Amino acid sequence: MKRYSVFAVAREAARYHTGWERAWKSPAPKKKYDVIIIGAGGHGLATAYYLGKNHGIRNVAIVEKGWLGGGNTGRNTTIIRSNYLQDPSAAIYEKARSLYETMSQDLNYNVMYSPRGVMMLAQTEHEVRGYLRTAHANALQGVDTRFIQPDEVKKLVPIINLDGPRYPVLGALWQARAGTARHDAVAWGYARACSDMGMDVIQQCEVTSIRQTGGKVTGVDTTKGSIDCDKLGIVVAGHSGVVADMAGFRLPIESVALQALVSEPIKPCMDVVVMANTVHGYMSQSDKGEMVIGGGADGYNNYTQRGSFHHIEETVRALVETFPMISRLKMLRQWGGIVDMTGDRSPILSKTPLEGCFINCGWGTGGFKAIPGSGWGMAELMAKGQSPLTDEFSLYRFREGKFIDESVAAGVAH
Amino acid sequence: MSTRLATGGRLVNRAQKMNFTFNGERLSGHAGDTLASALLANGKMMVGRSFKYHRPRGVVASGAEEPNALVNLGTGNRLEPNQRATTTELFEGLAATSQNHWPSLEFDIGAVNTYFSRFLPAGFYYKMFMYPRAFWKHVYEPFIRQSAGLGRAPEAHSRDEDTYEHFYAYIDVLVIGGGIAGLQAALAAGRAGAQVLLIEQTAHWGGRTPVDGGEVDGKPAAEFVEAALAELRGMKNVALRTRMMGAGVYDHGYVLAYERMSDHAPGTPGPRHRLWRLRCKQIVTATGAIERPLCFAGNDVPGVLLASALRDYAVNYGVSIGDRTVVVTNNDDAYRTAISMKEMGLEVPAIIDARAGGGGALAQQARDLGIRVETGKGIAKVKGTRRVEGVAICAQAGEGAVLDEIKCDAVAMSGGWSPVVHLWSHCGGKLDWDDAQSMFRPRASAPPTGATGEAFVIPAGSANGHLGLGDVLADADAAGRAAAQAVGATPPKTAAPQGAGPDEAPIEPVWLMPQGVDIKLRMKAWLDFQNDVKVSDVQLAAREGFESVEHAKRYTTLGMATDQGKLSNINGLAILSDALGQPIPQTGTTTFRPPYTPISMGAIAGEARGKVFQPIRRTPIQDWHEAQGAYFEPVGHWRRPYCYPQGGESHAQAVEREITQTRNSLGLLDASTLGKLVVKGPDAARFLDMLYTNMMSTLKPGRCRYGLMCSENGFLMDDGVVARIDDETFLCHTTTGGAERIHAHMEEWLQTEWWDWQVYVANVTEQYAQIGVVGPNARKVLEKLGGMDLSRETLPFMAWADGTLAGIGVRVFRISFSGELSYEIAVDASYGRALWDKLLAAGEEFGVMPYGTEALHVMRAEKGFIMIGDETDGTVIPQDLGLHWAISKKKDDFIGKRAQERSHMTDPDRWQLVGLETLDGGVLPDGAYAVAEGTNANGQRNMQGRVTSTYYSPTLKRGIAMGLVRHGPDRMGEVLEFPGTDGTTHKARIVEPVFFDKDGEKQNV
Ligand SMILES: Cc1cc2nc3c(=O)[nH]c(=O)nc-3n(C[C@H](O)[C@H](O)[C@H](O)COP(=O)(O)OP(=O)(O)OC[C@H]3O[C@@H](n4cnc5c(N)ncnc54)[C@H](O)[C@@H]3O)c2cc1C
Repeated sequence: MKRYSVFAVAREAARYHTGWERAWKSPAPKKKYDVIIIGAGGHGLATAYYLGKNHGIRNVAIVEKGWLGGGNTGRNTTIIRSNYLQDPSAAIYEKARSLYETMSQDLNYNVMYSPRGVMMLAQTEHEVRGYLRTAHANALQGVDTRFIQPDEVKKLVPIINLDGPRYPVLGALWQARAGTARHDAVAWGYARACSDMGMDVIQQCEVTSIRQTGGKVTGVDTTKGSIDCDKLGIVVAGHSGVVADMAGFRLPIESVALQALVSEPIKPCMDVVVMANTVHGYMSQSDKGEMVIGGGADGYNNYTQRGSFHHIEETVRALVETFPMISRLKMLRQWGGIVDMTGDRSPILSKTPLEGCFINCGWGTGGFKAIPGSGWGMAELMAKGQSPLTDEFSLYRFREGKFIDESVAAGVAH
Repeated sequence: MSTRLATGGRLVNRAQKMNFTFNGERLSGHAGDTLASALLANGKMMVGRSFKYHRPRGVVASGAEEPNALVNLGTGNRLEPNQRATTTELFEGLAATSQNHWPSLEFDIGAVNTYFSRFLPAGFYYKMFMYPRAFWKHVYEPFIRQSAGLGRAPEAHSRDEDTYEHFYAYIDVLVIGGGIAGLQAALAAGRAGAQVLLIEQTAHWGGRTPVDGGEVDGKPAAEFVEAALAELRGMKNVALRTRMMGAGVYDHGYVLAYERMSDHAPGTPGPRHRLWRLRCKQIVTATGAIERPLCFAGNDVPGVLLASALRDYAVNYGVSIGDRTVVVTNNDDAYRTAISMKEMGLEVPAIIDARAGGGGALAQQARDLGIRVETGKGIAKVKGTRRVEGVAICAQAGEGAVLDEIKCDAVAMSGGWSPVVHLWSHCGGKLDWDDAQSMFRPRASAPPTGATGEAFVIPAGSANGHLGLGDVLADADAAGRAAAQAVGATPPKTAAPQGAGPDEAPIEPVWLMPQGVDIKLRMKAWLDFQNDVKVSDVQLAAREGFESVEHAKRYTTLGMATDQGKLSNINGLAILSDALGQPIPQTGTTTFRPPYTPISMGAIAGEARGKVFQPIRRTPIQDWHEAQGAYFEPVGHWRRPYCYPQGGESHAQAVEREITQTRNSLGLLDASTLGKLVVKGPDAARFLDMLYTNMMSTLKPGRCRYGLMCSENGFLMDDGVVARIDDETFLCHTTTGGAERIHAHMEEWLQTEWWDWQVYVANVTEQYAQIGVVGPNARKVLEKLGGMDLSRETLPFMAWADGTLAGIGVRVFRISFSGELSYEIAVDASYGRALWDKLLAAGEEFGVMPYGTEALHVMRAEKGFIMIGDETDGTVIPQDLGLHWAISKKKDDFIGKRAQERSHMTDPDRWQLVGLETLDGGVLPDGAYAVAEGTNANGQRNMQGRVTSTYYSPTLKRGIAMGLVRHGPDRMGEVLEFPGTDGTTHKARIVEPVFFDKDGEKQNV
């Protein structure tokens, strides 16, 4: 693989960029792989990457029904934070966040991780207490967060309206090293690195059934033929229920649309990410200048990647109230993705009833931030059968009632 | 230079002058101008800078598809960035500034990017700026952010002074687009008697036809437009609206439309924008087509316009872009531009037709006018940087060897037409590639479908891929009839009008000009003018494996600008297909997403701003609280008094005073916000037995019981006192925040599981005011009011009675959340304030003290009563809170019972409720955790408990807290450590959770 750098760009410029090679190869599937990962979203690609990098397992195929990164990985609002309340969540999200810090160098691909800081506004006394609790928990979990007062909020976000007539800002939970990254680049960077390790990223290849003998997985049937494998990882987010069904088990997952929107680009006016959970909206400004806006998930299950407009309305209303200066900006584009919601709103990284078959799903509205940590833990789980990062996220926790409930701390989790 | 012609301009009123400013310069135009036409009339060819390379940008189109002419419109509270000049109607006093440059439009430092453009191909930022790591946040990113971003950000403190509103309507047939197709479709549906709404995004009817000409039923097409309008206006079942854009089509015929009420006349009373939510049975999309640019080197230089736009400016506004216009095309339509230029007395040095065979009747007409027509030729290069100075001509089939150079100051380009399929596609309508016409058009067999599988969108006219006048009218007539039929109307048997225009020779696809152009020139051939995406960028994306159209789009940012690729997308994916060696339909399109053109956030938010952002629910006593200067906290949609500070008191001092006086004498609480649900019916008792963990069926009429409600997962979700009114009627109190949720929860179970049980639930929260009369003198003050026996014998603890107090009909509950002698008195809401006032008056001799939510919280904590939301958080089961006594062991089932039997729920290691007393008497920090030895497998500090409520107790004069601790109840007296977030550590001893009046002597008197 040719390394990317400013010198490489300069060198290529001399020959009008005709010498760049493919970022990833486009191979036909082999007969058999040690590991097949279904789904070339961020989580699937990261799982493959760390299988190779950390565990030396490189005879791996990642099969994708559409184009890589085209699921939620390429549709999300890219908030990265680890100020979660419960121990297992804080562990995996902080692992992910710290890997994001060095991801560009690690992958030799600029994913533009921007540790610009994320704040979650407290707009009721109840929220104040909730975030104080999170701040205390985070201190013990090694996550650097702090509860800040309204004057500091205003200093960090001059465009905010602190004393709206309805919900005054009483403070915020602030994570200074949280931020955003370029979502496509995360998928592309991992894909390029996987391909470079000799793995096969196979696009336009939908898995249509999962083969097994004697309770053990043996391979998959795809739109590009049958492929054998020793181990299988299902990492398909919103379609987890469908694929699990092929493997013969059911999941405690509902699929719903989550929407987002952007404004037209304007010059920089907001340097941090603000989440306002009481009113259900969050906003940041992309490097391009667009205000990136999201809110709550749609209230009904579906598989169409669009949503109902009233949710957009609710979100925008909340943000116009919080940031009155956006009133005369315009919404450029709205879109949606199908998110996989578990009962406790925490993910599943787990063995399954089918031997050799593992699943990574349930990231719901907030899994972009987890991609490297999830890949790291999932790879360890698949390679060794166990990982401290994933232990608590077992599929079987629902049977035991051992939920990891994050809605405790906040209504919206992105 | 562009200028106003001496004559012409069907839309402008030359008698009415309008003054405006551009970058501070005073200019004038005419009523009827757009800002774009007015700027051009004043010779302003360069109106902005592009996004990436800061290249000079001029107007390129005449409508919604314009990517370049974006301005900051207005100032201060009225500033609106990225306003398209082509769709901005000129008004007196308009003030616009150009965007994305520093220090000025003419001299822009950012323009150095254009010299470095060779180093800044598509996706360059993914390949560099990685080292050293810290530079991204502090150097690279701030620089990129500053140079990106188009319009100016409104001031941080600016407040939009305009208002916005939402409208709702049910429509049988919505026709979107007021060109001839829309008019004819509306006529056909309207004549059938269907209820029709016809909307048009501009201020004018007729679309392109008045400019493009042609004949309908033997008369000029413009006359047809007038006649159609007259007929439509006369139909009672048809409504017409201009300045209203179809923004999005959603499931089930839901359409979002955006009406710009006063953008053309700011200051007009009334809302600025109106957002329409339409439920339509049928939607006819008569949204027309958009012309495509051609890709040749220098096609982005100001003065290169779409051929149709050039003609629009001339015919509609009497504005010429230049004196010498070279037309370059691959189809016949652009000849119309040449002909109109010539007819206006302007020079057309040449028409360069890429087709070897040239054009049809229009080409002949052009030749007859003496215009030089070159066939099989293309433009090798446009000369000039800030404006067009000439073109170099070459053979289209070659590599760009220059055959001739022509001086000119304008170039009219046409690469063919793309139907506007956005609204068809928003909700799933599929497209087909039409090879003959080189366009994507709606696939009739795959329309968006509704709940029962019926099609609900019908494309019409050019939006459906018909470009000839005759075809357009026939298609639109059929669409209008089909829509009418689908809604149950019967179209009369009238013939469709006959349109006629000149015969046109077929288009020949030309995606690159010339065909074999070399890389240097491909790097100067623009696809996306705003985002600076060039032919070479898309080719680079393909080379690097970004083969999917979505990948290529994201990698190059093609089509991601504010015009969302209206001009660039088709050319871009043709280039991509060519690079990949595959046919265009295999490449496909990117997804069309609403809105069609951007809509204001203000319009989306609508009326819901400021105080009415969310409804504020008010208790009957709210006025009094406000008059007292209470400090409020939002609780659900209510605002409850947190405390009532007096004089210069701090909140803490006020709370202390309120508690002390209540405990010593008498306090009053406005408890009206408490949820009150009436559950009634023969199966009510059975139903409540399932809902609560307690046994409610054994409760006697006249008595109250404290009940717990769990979720299906076993977690405690709400609590409150249930009063049995009679055999079949219960009144269930919920928490303030829980009323709506619990009501919905009850309904969900009744409607989905126990639909055959005879139970009704009514939320009567707002029907009653409820006042807590609390403290040792509570009974005395009520006796003073007189009217009913409230003695311990008649009304013991946990009983209720109906009666009168001070002549007001009341229901009195003898319950206590403070540990004091306490009555909660419910009255009809309209009597709430009267009773409150009487209690205040009668209580004066006792020093009656209204108290707020904080005093309520502290007093309940002093008594060790749990609070939903503090001791519970959705992960806590009643067993954790020592509430076993409230969980019936006699019942077979209740919601949550099975869940509570799961292994983790019965785990003895669960954290359990205790009291916590700091060793130094201080107050434990809110939310603190108790640490245990060591760390877990992920390196996190082990924990063994946490604070759930913590207060300063004025009664005990020390900090008290409640918390959940592993094996807590078995560890009385042990000391735990609670690290703060500030480096300090607090020590607290485990104690019983009841801190005050452990035996309940005060409440039972
Ligand atoms: C609007 C929106 C905003 C969001 N905002 C944030 C945010 O700010 N921060 C955050 O952390 N998270 C956010 N998220 C959530 C985040 O996007 C997801 O949790 C995350 O991207 C999931 O990644 P994934 O790799 O699991 O799934 P995906 O990226 O969806 O990848 C799954 C892949 O599996 C493929 N697949 C499915 N079925 C098959 C099959 N049968 N055969 C082969 N391949 C198959 C799919 O095509 C897809 O590419 C948001 C999500 C949405 C929709």
